[in-house]
Amino acid sequence: MFCFLGLIFWLTITGANYPSKMLSNLFSCIEIELLKLFNFLNSPEWLTGLFIDGAFKTLAWIVAVMLPPMAIFFPLFTILEDLGYLPRIAFNLDKYFKKAGCSGKQSLTMCMGFGCNAAGVTGARIIDSPREKLLSILTNTFVPCNGKFPFLICIASILISSFFTNSFTSVLSALIVLCLIIFGIFMTLIISRILSKTILKGAPSSFILELPPYRKPQISKIIVRSIFDRTLFVLGRAILVAVPAGIVIWLFSNISINGLSILSYIANFLNPFAKLIGLDGYILTAFILGIPANEIVLPILLMGYMNAGTLVGLEDYSTIGTILFQNGWTVITFINVMIFSLLHFPCATTILTIKKETNSWKWALLSFTLPTICRYFNLLSYKFLL
Amino acid sequence: MGFTNSTTDFIEYKNSFVKKNEYDFTIALAGNPNVGKSTVFNTLTGMHQHTGNWPGKTVSTASGFCKYKDKNFLLVDIPGTYSLMSNSEEEEIARDYICFGNPTLTVVVVDATCLERNLNLVYQIFEITKNVIVCVNLLDEAEKKGIKINFKQLSEELGVPVVGTTASKPKTLKKLLDTIYNVCTGSITSNPKKVIYSSVIENCLDSLEEKLNYSRLFIKMDLFKINR
Repeated sequence: MFCFLGLIFWLTITGANYPSKMLSNLFSCIEIELLKLFNFLNSPEWLTGLFIDGAFKTLAWIVAVMLPPMAIFFPLFTILEDLGYLPRIAFNLDKYFKKAGCSGKQSLTMCMGFGCNAAGVTGARIIDSPREKLLSILTNTFVPCNGKFPFLICIASILISSFFTNSFTSVLSALIVLCLIIFGIFMTLIISRILSKTILKGAPSSFILELPPYRKPQISKIIVRSIFDRTLFVLGRAILVAVPAGIVIWLFSNISINGLSILSYIANFLNPFAKLIGLDGYILTAFILGIPANEIVLPILLMGYMNAGTLVGLEDYSTIGTILFQNGWTVITFINVMIFSLLHFPCATTILTIKKETNSWKWALLSFTLPTICRYFNLLSYKFLL
Repeated sequence: MGFTNSTTDFIEYKNSFVKKNEYDFTIALAGNPNVGKSTVFNTLTGMHQHTGNWPGKTVSTASGFCKYKDKNFLLVDIPGTYSLMSNSEEEEIARDYICFGNPTLTVVVVDATCLERNLNLVYQIFEITKNVIVCVNLLDEAEKKGIKINFKQLSEELGVPVVGTTASKPKTLKKLLDTIYNVCTGSITSNPKKVIYSSVIENCLDSLEEKLNYSRLFIKMDLFKINR
């Protein structure tokens, strides 16, 4: 089962490299044209900066980094789904989930969470007992959704490609991502166990799940649908969130008070908290600003480091790696960031969905604080161990 | 998996403003989980509800339009359920729609490879509504397993029209549309052969009806509702 998952990650990482580069090149061409246009229109420098360096570059970054992995991962996963593999995962994992005091159907909602945590939360309706349903909703964020997933892939690839340059890099990156996913599942089980011993007491109920026969997936249909439906949806969302975010970040990093940009102020303020868990202020700032959608974390982060307020192109991972290393990142930081991202609180959409599904702000709030507590605890203990 | 416009509130929001006069009949698609309701729905409406080969994929109702001949149909895809006595929230959604959604016609999609288990739900739905079509889906799989279904006899035994389909092949759905059209316009009538209970139960129902001054249909609906 995990080999299968690893294979999918590997395919995604290898396959996504080329379109990423192509998209990146395409966007830099568009950017040059846009620059010409702005110059032609004699627009003031701040306007050019705001639109091209702020909005457009963030958008281009997100599309180039996020889209290819998703366009590969989604169809592959949907094929598994159409084949009838998902209930079998539930069947395999039932034993562990039962030990954790929750329903084996939780693994189904967990799988849905890979696509989108909000979808996973809605999917929890299939769980009979309200107690187990809540468990499943609260722990859904521990699987990386499509916002965090490319981020993880990206960070893993950067880490690997700055140490190795041979052909095994994609295999190693896939392995790292796989380890993270397993860690996420492990956290899901632990947290479910803790919750079912404390605030959500109860014995696990048995469940009946029909194992469907393996059916031949309608491959062409899947590819068309996952690309059209999801890619367009993701693009739409990216535009909606990235453009304003890009503008805000650009403003933050370009308006300076007493020679320091606002972004630096925020980062400096957060620095002590971040240092405690082996990160730095910019990373924490990026994650906090990323609440509307986790997709924008990495662009914000890079923009923060680049102080000039403009993003670098995505020519290759090692350039980004150099920037990160220049800003004091170590291998530990990379690992910390990945764990931090994995245990990051859900995005705004998911929180709202949880509120809608549970009809209470209490649970929505808990779903927000739970991963926060958990990752601090994790990273702290990790730091002390080292 | 994943969210798209069709799974988020956007469509639900749009549907809540569907005007009554934009369609002539409401058709509900009911059935056990993973029998292909959503596939039938997608093929008939041309929409792209997410489908997947596992029970529990659909957790909320979705509606779409379908025009056939001169009539407009509003199709409602509801979550799969094994019984009207619901356990989980998605089964409750299904039960609420079948019992209280008041569709013109309920199409019960059943799995040809395990017909007997599926007919359970068919009989329960007979208790609630008169206009029922049974759509025997997954015929291709049944054929592979060497299962042959005598539609004529099944239709006689149930008292309702029975249509055989393979939802992944759009051509096979034409007959279903024909039958839906004919039942809605009244050229075919469906007379579900309800289960006749033992005299004890029937007498109880009669006396409940009398004492509560309440139609038997509502008593049954309430019985389905309070089962938890």
